[in-house]
Amino acid sequence: MFILITGLLLGGTYALIALGLNLQYGVARIMNLANGEMLVAGGFAAFWLYTAGQVNPVAALIVIAPVAFVANWLIYRFMLQPLVKRAKSRGALEVDSILATFGMSFAFVGIMTWAFGGGYFNYAFLAQPLEMFGSSYAQNRVVAFVLAVVIGGALWLWLTYSRVGLNLRAVAVNPASASLVGVDVRRASALAFALGGAVTATGGALVSMFFTLDASVGVLFTMKALIIIIMGGVGDVRGTIVAAVILGIAETAVARLVDPGLTLAAAYLLFLLVLLFKPAGLFGKARG
Amino acid sequence: MSGTDWRNLAISAALLGLAALLPVYGSPYWLTMGTTMAMFVVLATSWALFSGPTHYISLATAAFFGIGTFVTGLGFQSLPFWVLPPLAAVIGAVLAALVGLVTLRLSGVYFVIFTLGLAEMVRQVVTWVQNQTGHRGMYVLTSITEREIYWMLVALGALVFLAGWLIGRSRLGFALRIIGNDETVAKHAGIDTALAKVALFMVPGAVAAATGAILAPRYIYIEPSTAFAPLLSFQVVIMALLGGTGRLWGPVAGVIPFSLLWEAITRQAPNQTLLLLGIAFLVIVYLLPGGFVGLWERFRRRFGGRT
Amino acid sequence: MSRTVLQVRNVTKRFGGLVAVNDVSFDVTEHSVMGLIGPNGSGKSTMINMISGSFAPTAGSIRLEGHELAGKPAHKVARLGVGRTFQLVRLLPELSVLDNVIAGAAFGHRRRWGAEARAHALTLIDRLGLTAVMGMPVSALTYIDTKRVELARALAGDPEVLLLDEWLAGLNPTELGTGIALIRSLRDEGRTIILVEHVMDAIRSLCDRCVVMSSGTRIAEGTPAEVLSDPEVIRAYLGDDDA
Ligand SMILES: Nc1ncnc2c1ncn2[C@@H]1O[C@H](COP(=O)(O)OP(=O)(O)O)[C@@H](O)[C@H]1O
Ligand SMILES: [Mg+2]
Repeated sequence: MFILITGLLLGGTYALIALGLNLQYGVARIMNLANGEMLVAGGFAAFWLYTAGQVNPVAALIVIAPVAFVANWLIYRFMLQPLVKRAKSRGALEVDSILATFGMSFAFVGIMTWAFGGGYFNYAFLAQPLEMFGSSYAQNRVVAFVLAVVIGGALWLWLTYSRVGLNLRAVAVNPASASLVGVDVRRASALAFALGGAVTATGGALVSMFFTLDASVGVLFTMKALIIIIMGGVGDVRGTIVAAVILGIAETAVARLVDPGLTLAAAYLLFLLVLLFKPAGLFGKARG
Repeated sequence: MSGTDWRNLAISAALLGLAALLPVYGSPYWLTMGTTMAMFVVLATSWALFSGPTHYISLATAAFFGIGTFVTGLGFQSLPFWVLPPLAAVIGAVLAALVGLVTLRLSGVYFVIFTLGLAEMVRQVVTWVQNQTGHRGMYVLTSITEREIYWMLVALGALVFLAGWLIGRSRLGFALRIIGNDETVAKHAGIDTALAKVALFMVPGAVAAATGAILAPRYIYIEPSTAFAPLLSFQVVIMALLGGTGRLWGPVAGVIPFSLLWEAITRQAPNQTLLLLGIAFLVIVYLLPGGFVGLWERFRRRFGGRT
Repeated sequence: MSRTVLQVRNVTKRFGGLVAVNDVSFDVTEHSVMGLIGPNGSGKSTMINMISGSFAPTAGSIRLEGHELAGKPAHKVARLGVGRTFQLVRLLPELSVLDNVIAGAAFGHRRRWGAEARAHALTLIDRLGLTAVMGMPVSALTYIDTKRVELARALAGDPEVLLLDEWLAGLNPTELGTGIALIRSLRDEGRTIILVEHVMDAIRSLCDRCVVMSSGTRIAEGTPAEVLSDPEVIRAYLGDDDA
């Protein structure tokens, strides 16, 4: 029970992070391997605002999300759109965007290490325990989970019911036919990329409440988010959430029952099983 | 073989001889540098054999390399040293085949992600096994000198070039080029694309593992966190792409300048190496697609007239 | 009496809820041209994709000289003797014209390598009138030449059955004449061809028999003259603006 709830709390935050990456990959078709660095940057901002300015991390989201939105929009517009334009095929774009976002990822890590040093950073926010179902859980984890659910839910509602959300989903399904019905694919892609980045940075701020971050940890989160997306299926919100919770629970179980040093190996084992048996994702239909 | 083949063979042999003589005329500093470069030449060239034509970006080098160092670490006391690199190569090839079978049926993104985490996963598992058995790292104390390591790497390099040349002329090499252009066409032309990809992916796997086995004595003390350092995979990708994968000699052209630059940066500003790596990736994507090979070919087309 | 080379029996393909091909059967005899016609979206390309192994039928059987093709991966189907072109031309952009054709010779039904493959490819290049453009990068070829290269690649493996998915589509009137003459010469050589086509002249002058599809079902089969005067076929075509 303890493992299930802790895993669920962790999975909720993972889901939000993966949702951000899924938005970027699903709509803008960019596999953003610098996503983890955006997360660390979000966490770093929350840390800095909290320690230097005594700003409550929850309140800090009001600043972090818009800043991340603008930053990601600029990245898409000036770094990635040129690649989209010159790409001869989907495969060429894939290789270019992988290399470019790797480049950005390393550059971000380099800049963050340079600016803030290579040390770990964490802060004590709501570190008191909370009694639930006979066990105690850190309050900050619960708060992060609740916020993740609220933000993820709002995002889902917006994607499902708003006009812009509908456009984004149309592009995700088929850019060519979306443009036929008058959706501006380029704008939709930029919007999705920016929004995905903002969601990820928000996730980073939430993670920083209970997780010790350092400048180079981003790639771990990128990998987890990618594994979740592949498990859940590209562009599948429900699959992403289920996969994130499965991953959260699996990691918690392995960490507590076997060895905390094996969490990534556990994630990998799940990944492997999905690749072998459900390569189109948990709810995806096998094609071809 | 044609006239150009003989000429290229002569040039390669001369360069190889020159490289092999480095310990004789070079200072210890240059021998150390030379060993590092030889290592990257071997790794980047074998990487490009697979990733060049297929456009599948492999980040598994560190995993294979680390496994190779552990083969030496576990085996050097009970087996003669010359057995270890071939043994590591076999293990590397088998692991590569397994990884390939799982991921190479799928799109390139899956492959990158899987290989990206592979080294880390192997590291976690090895660390865990070591913790269970009460070991930490291990000492690799042998009588093998830096010179000998260097010569073994040069010999391995010669093998890799030979293999690359043969593959380039073989049906398998041709199949891989077709797959890299259009996998659907490849299938309908009668190519078993999964088999071809797995077969060729075994080459860099075997070579990287053998390289790790050869280099293990250099490190003296090996432990999972250094043996499986993911940075190595990225360095190899950068060097190969900087040189260009369109030609067999491309990666070498990337290894030499990048190793020197890397060496200078690590000495002057050790905290900036990641930034350098990032910038190198961005330069390749935005300014140098095709690497130095691409640049050279554009130059020749414009001024040389020959094709 | 000619021998049956390809036998399609009760083949069905579903994509989710959509039935793209519904219980279709037909035979293709040796040295003949079978036309596969019907309005857009009627399932012709899907049929071609199933014969060539792009995807497996949901149900039914496809036999080539006794070998079951249904469910086999594309490369095995190609080696058993099915060659194809694509509705949207697919060339290998980084390879030369010659290598594009050798690609078809090296791994196909009858496999050739080295000097033999080269000579075979050069013969086909000459035969299809590509000698003059052989030195060009494939990105610089005219539209009809890209189609010729693709056809040469498909022919290079000496397939038992050649599948041409709208190979004549998009050609201008002069090119169309050349294209029809080319396919006729292939027929006269004794090749077995399945031709997906919209161009009525081509259907009339090239096909020995035709299968007409509409919304995934076979609605008629016979000689071109027979099926093109069949009221149901006319209705199917008139009911569809794109045809
Ligand atoms: N891979 C696929 N996935 C889903 N639907 C498909 C796929 N391929 C074809 N279809 C659908 O099957 C139907 C038949 O298409 P197709 O065989 O291409 O027709 P035709 O070639 O006769 O114009 C169409 O409705 C098309 O949208
Ligand atoms: Mg069609």
